[in-house]
Amino acid sequence: MGKVRGKSGILQRMGPLVGLILIVFILSMISSDFLTVGNIFNVLRQVSINALIAYGMTFVILTGGIDLSVGSIIALSSAFAAGMMASGTNSWLAIGIGVLSGTLMGTVNGVIIARGKVAPFIATLATMTIFRGFTLVYTEAKPITGLPDAFGIIGRGYLFEIPMPVIWMLVAFGVLYVILKFTSFGRHVYALGGNEEATRLSGINTNRVKILVYSISGLMASLSGIILTSRLNSAQPTAGTSYELDAIAAVVLGGTSLSGGKGWIVGTLIGAMIIGILDNGLNLLNVSSFYQQVVKGGVILLAVLLDRSKGK
Amino acid sequence: MTDLLSMEGIHKSFSGVKVLENVQFSLRQGEVHALMGENGAGKSTLMKILSGIYSKDAGSIQIQGTESAASSPKTAQALGVAIIHQELNMIPDLTISENMFLGREFKWGRTGFINWSKMAAEAKSYLQQLGMNLNPDSLVGELSVGQQQMVEIAKALSMHAKILVLDEPTAALTKREIEKLFQLITTLKTQGVGMIYISHRMEEIFQISDRITVLRDGRYIGTRDTNVTTMDELVQMMVGREIKERFPKVETKIGEERLRVERLAQDGKLYDINFSVRAGEILGIAGLMGSGRSELAKALFGVGKYQGKIFVNGKPVTIKGPAEAIKAGLALITEDRKGEGLVTDLSVRENLALPNLRTLSRLGFISHRLEQDFVEDSIQKLKVKVHHSGQEVSSLSGGNQQKVVIGKWLATQPNVLILDEPTRGVDIGAKREIYDLMNQLVQSGVSIVMISSELPEVLGMSDRILVMHEGRITGEFSRENATQETIMVAATGGKSHG
Ligand SMILES: Nc1ncnc2c1ncn2[C@@H]1O[C@H](COP(=O)(O)OP(=O)(O)OP(=O)(O)O)[C@@H](O)[C@H]1O
Ligand SMILES: [Mg+2]
Repeated sequence: MGKVRGKSGILQRMGPLVGLILIVFILSMISSDFLTVGNIFNVLRQVSINALIAYGMTFVILTGGIDLSVGSIIALSSAFAAGMMASGTNSWLAIGIGVLSGTLMGTVNGVIIARGKVAPFIATLATMTIFRGFTLVYTEAKPITGLPDAFGIIGRGYLFEIPMPVIWMLVAFGVLYVILKFTSFGRHVYALGGNEEATRLSGINTNRVKILVYSISGLMASLSGIILTSRLNSAQPTAGTSYELDAIAAVVLGGTSLSGGKGWIVGTLIGAMIIGILDNGLNLLNVSSFYQQVVKGGVILLAVLLDRSKGK
Repeated sequence: MTDLLSMEGIHKSFSGVKVLENVQFSLRQGEVHALMGENGAGKSTLMKILSGIYSKDAGSIQIQGTESAASSPKTAQALGVAIIHQELNMIPDLTISENMFLGREFKWGRTGFINWSKMAAEAKSYLQQLGMNLNPDSLVGELSVGQQQMVEIAKALSMHAKILVLDEPTAALTKREIEKLFQLITTLKTQGVGMIYISHRMEEIFQISDRITVLRDGRYIGTRDTNVTTMDELVQMMVGREIKERFPKVETKIGEERLRVERLAQDGKLYDINFSVRAGEILGIAGLMGSGRSELAKALFGVGKYQGKIFVNGKPVTIKGPAEAIKAGLALITEDRKGEGLVTDLSVRENLALPNLRTLSRLGFISHRLEQDFVEDSIQKLKVKVHHSGQEVSSLSGGNQQKVVIGKWLATQPNVLILDEPTRGVDIGAKREIYDLMNQLVQSGVSIVMISSELPEVLGMSDRILVMHEGRITGEFSRENATQETIMVAATGGKSHG
């Protein structure tokens, strides 16, 4: 059962994967450091933060929406968690509250969009600014440090040689893949993105679906925020700035349509990997960070253009 | 004299499935040539090839003797071919005149600036030729389906084509608009325009066409002169068998009251609506375009706020949205299948399952087996013509799309089934299947409310008929007392009861 549809279902689905393999191939040819176990885990660890955000973004984009506030949700929710930990609260409790707060921020987005009938772009642009503002207020624009050592395991630990963030990335992938593909909620997401009116008239509470997808986006953002905080061993007031762009790029690279209704989360994982590998490879090749941006943007554009021409 | 258009040996396959096989078709100047065939016979596909939307796999297309296959809608326009599509293709957020002249806007000289007043005036004059008094500056999204259809026709007119394709133009129109359209077709004939006319309505075909070509399963069956052929012969050609009665109404035991509506109103749309339907009854609702019939159906289904009372099975219910309506035992098959009935990017399976996911799921997980069985079953019962259930709904023929909409609602096992134009765009065989299905449903005690603009259908299938005019009920007739004339009187505002 395919989730990417259109005249070129298979091609469209394989496209991102072929692209990924191609990039890996090219980089392994020109840099001997690239295809080493150490570097691969290094890349995957870097990918994980963006992948987690992009999973949530996939749900949102499948409904035809967008979530620009994920970066600010990362900052505010991890500031909450770190603040509590620094003042002695139990780490698990602090993490739980942090994640819950991020989920609720997503719920707020969803309610504004569904009940207030505000365009997702505008609504999340506004909350992006609001959440960032709260972060600065809460942290007084200073990093929060002094986190318990045990907390570091989440972002810096290993399980059988595999970095923990990679484990989180794969577990979350499994769970969300199943939700999107096998549950009625997942089906509602596709239907809503394809034709909202027909979906509503089929007796589906479309407002609820919308609120849920933004909540999922908030949840995933705050989870990645926790991992980020653990890795840096501090919560930064500017954490997550412009992360929404990489997440959206991953979703689009993965073949999900910005107009909703078409796409799949496997593509998003591949898209996130392409972006991460590109960053890493360009670093290994000592390309200046200014040029890295040019190359990255160019690859995204190329991928989307290729995708377009296949659709005809 | 060479034909205006001659298509020969046309072949077309979609991903390996043959849809047209060695099809021929010709058109003379000033002729109306009807194209008939069952749902999925390939009529629209043939016309889409003519108008450059699809490319043919093989064959020749000659326009006035020169080989000229259009490669895009734009080149088709240049070749003098205009098409009115079966499915509406308007941009809801643009105005009527913007839609009509999309890509062909009137400019001030060679500047890029649009001459709005000229565009509006032109739009208005084409609309008036069709007897439509619409403001060209109103948004298309605010028009009813029928009005949108008239705008499509006006748009095609404005292209001054030599060859005009009308793919089921009257499916969304009421009698008065159809008459206007037919007058116009007659005028265009005298101007030498050749017209290809697709319709499932026999009466229209005999009234308007000069010749009739029949396709079946993507093959050319034959061409007849309209004045020598008969309805029976055509049905035989289309279906390959005979169909006896067109409206197989059966007697049922009319039982308990299922649905009662008291003083139902919706601001500016519906006023003081009172009626009831009983188990086993088919209540027909007739009326002109914009008379409030679809609004009534939607109000019952929880779209928009209403005043008044609704009772289901004798108990008062408040319906705040479609979910509650479904829970109360109602199902609504809307008239606009592309906009409201289907998620066209999803597969046949996913569309059929959509309102039934609750019963097809266990703990929120869709059971693949239940879903598959249900879908296969529905496809078989309704005889939906699909290659496989994973096929995108948008690739089905219009009539088969309609069957998918019906199928998705039947499975919710409603007490009251509201059908808004249930046989629009459905071929004669499938129509008969839908009527048979309605009969089965009422025999099992379901109530049906059937909104239809086809008077023969209303008269042929209903036990009782309501007529609406400007948001009010202006007539109620028993099956015995209803005639086309009495209904038309009530539909145009004359109050009458029978
Ligand atoms: N884009 C497409 N991809 C795959 N199959 C298609 C596509 N378009 C049409 N078909 C198939 O071609 C066949 C003919 O369809 P077409 O729309 O031409 O029928 P039609 O004669 O116009 O029927 P109707 O009276 O229901 O409108 C159908 O079986 C349909 O499923
Ligand atoms: Mg058709």
